Amino acid sequence: MIPQLRPALVMAGAFTALLGLAYPLAMTGIAQVAMPRQADGSLVSREGTVVGSALIGQSFTRPEYLHPRPSATDPAYNAGASTGSNLGPSSATLLAQVRERADAFGSAPVPSEMATASGSGLDPHITLDAALRQVDRIAAARGIPAAAVKDAILKAATGPAFGFVGEPVVNVLGANLALDALKG
Amino acid sequence: MAADLIFFALFLAGLTLMGMALGPYMARVFTGRVRWLAPVEAALYRAAGVTGQGQRWTGYAAAVLAFNAAGFLLLYLILRLQGFLPFNPQGFGAMGEAQAFNTAVSFMTNTNWQSYGGETTVSHFSQMAGLTVQNFVSAATGIAVAVAVVRGLAARSVADLGNFWVDLTRATLYLLLPGAILITLVLVWQGMPQTLAAGVTATTLEGAQQVIAQGPVASQAAIKMLGTNGGGFFNANASHPYENATALTNLVQIYAILVIPAAFPFFFGRMVGDRRQGWAIFAAMSVMFVGVLLAAYFTEGSGNPLHAGLTEPGVSMEGKETRFGLAQTVLFVVATTVASCGAVNAMHDSLMALGGMIPLFNMLLGEIIYGGVGAGFYGMVLYVVLTVFIAGLMVGRTPEWLGKKIEAREMKLAALTLLVMPLGVLVLSALSILTGNAQTAVQDAGPHGLTELIYAYTSGTANNGSAFAGFGANTTWHNTMIGLAMLIGRWGYIVPVLAIAGGLAAKPRAPATAGTFPTHGAAFTLLLVATILIVGALTFLPVLALGPIAEHVSIAAGQAF
Repeated sequence: MIPQLRPALVMAGAFTALLGLAYPLAMTGIAQVAMPRQADGSLVSREGTVVGSALIGQSFTRPEYLHPRPSATDPAYNAGASTGSNLGPSSATLLAQVRERADAFGSAPVPSEMATASGSGLDPHITLDAALRQVDRIAAARGIPAAAVKDAILKAATGPAFGFVGEPVVNVLGANLALDALKG
Repeated sequence: MAADLIFFALFLAGLTLMGMALGPYMARVFTGRVRWLAPVEAALYRAAGVTGQGQRWTGYAAAVLAFNAAGFLLLYLILRLQGFLPFNPQGFGAMGEAQAFNTAVSFMTNTNWQSYGGETTVSHFSQMAGLTVQNFVSAATGIAVAVAVVRGLAARSVADLGNFWVDLTRATLYLLLPGAILITLVLVWQGMPQTLAAGVTATTLEGAQQVIAQGPVASQAAIKMLGTNGGGFFNANASHPYENATALTNLVQIYAILVIPAAFPFFFGRMVGDRRQGWAIFAAMSVMFVGVLLAAYFTEGSGNPLHAGLTEPGVSMEGKETRFGLAQTVLFVVATTVASCGAVNAMHDSLMALGGMIPLFNMLLGEIIYGGVGAGFYGMVLYVVLTVFIAGLMVGRTPEWLGKKIEAREMKLAALTLLVMPLGVLVLSALSILTGNAQTAVQDAGPHGLTELIYAYTSGTANNGSAFAGFGANTTWHNTMIGLAMLIGRWGYIVPVLAIAGGLAAKPRAPATAGTFPTHGAAFTLLLVATILIVGALTFLPVLALGPIAEHVSIAAGQAF
């Protein structure tokens, strides 16, 4: 192995410079110039204040807002420490949580994602079905017609990927921004 | 459901086409016919004192080990000293000794098991100069070893397998780096951050402060997939919306995992001058891929009977992301575990009992369904040697593969590698239980707890890196033992398979006769699949019965733990 020591050390050093510094820094430079919005995390601003990221879920508990999924991070939707619950399918803890969340959301059975924590704890979406089941609550809390709430939600909805894979989903932050915009 | 199945079929067709296109390119790269970076290569070889002369298998293996040692040392030092190094906006201190050992072994062996949470532990410098570098070179090492093995099979009566340093450099410069650059740009376009800032603080609509961690995510995620590494920038890995923003990034990342492994059989066919040989192996891989994919889709899609009446029928979304749903989640789960990737877009710990058994099964087979970059193919070579031997016994002839006689030395070495998985999985898990270290680390009660333990040691030994992440692996015992499992699982294959290749390279190629059992065609493919399933799976049936199968029947009986 002794004759291999020099190539091992030189190669490790050279690849660290090329792949560990030149490559990520060059990619950062290109991304920052060509696609600054995405490279900086798809941030969303309102009246000059950053209110979140279009890709990252945030906590909503007030009745006038569309509610996101339960989150296993501490506190909920902690975008500095992502995690899922990792509870197994036979877990009694999970069963108790699902029961409690289903009761809180409305009449069972509820859409699965509204009674379960996402993998990241930061899921920005819920299904269109789960969003539409919140229309009446939001309309009552805001004192506006249900049709207006539904329109705002549909504005933040996107269809299945490639037209046929997965469910139509609603971006919760996007829907809530649209709801707030109704006031003005 | 029909839409999902059509999607799977299109996916497989796309993968086949990509493999067919990339295989011949790889043959050009590793026979030295792609040369546009020749000046860079030459400068590197000069600085390193590399002549490019062919190495015998012993020299090749020594070079691999020396390079692993250097990479380990460098990464260990970076993780221990990150507090004093630049690009550390969060001011993270040193990683602990046992965890730094575990992490350095993990990235050096292409496992990327993570006993740490990325955004809360590791500086940007460590992510880039430490982890990203090993993402490249551990993948290039696996590719180089597989290339050397293929050369040994293609050679006639020669002593050497090529030069490790040249193969390592070419795999990096002509295959991984261009691929990673392309993938990075697609991922950023779809929303993956690429910044040196630590993150931003947002004021949410309800007036709370939300700190959003960021960093140079895309450049690391690209090679994490293409190199079947799997180590996430964030704790939640590819389920984190920044690390997997859309269904398109999900699909791109799945293809990135499987494209090089799927190209290897075609590369092999080119190199040995008989493309049917490559097709037979690719077919065996694909048959098994379809099998495990459908098994995962239907077991996971049936939902959790314990939650019936509480949630709507269909897939349980615990640990899953809404934007992926069932089909995109299951495809990722299968792709990441048939290969040695280990990135996750859903928490495997929360998969259904049988849905979670499929990824475990994929790893226990030794990750040869396409498999890790390089590692999948040389793992498959070992199964082919076994299959040829068994076929030889059945027809009563000396076993041959590609005109080379498979003799006692080859069989002893191949049989030795069969002990790697049982040793790493069963022996080390049993030791963990006997010493009480397993009981304190598992999160869930009942049979699921055993599955968490078995999954951890399987993931380590198979160099996968995915986890049933409820398992508390960040203890001195598990950091050390899983580190050991990763080393056994890496070198326990590389050294014997290089020895086999070195032996076969030296043998002449005998012409096929009427008595030769052909190693192409449907009969051979079926025999190969049967050998893999019988040899690879039977060893672990008892432990699967005690873990996921016991959990499945408990749930069916309405029992929670």
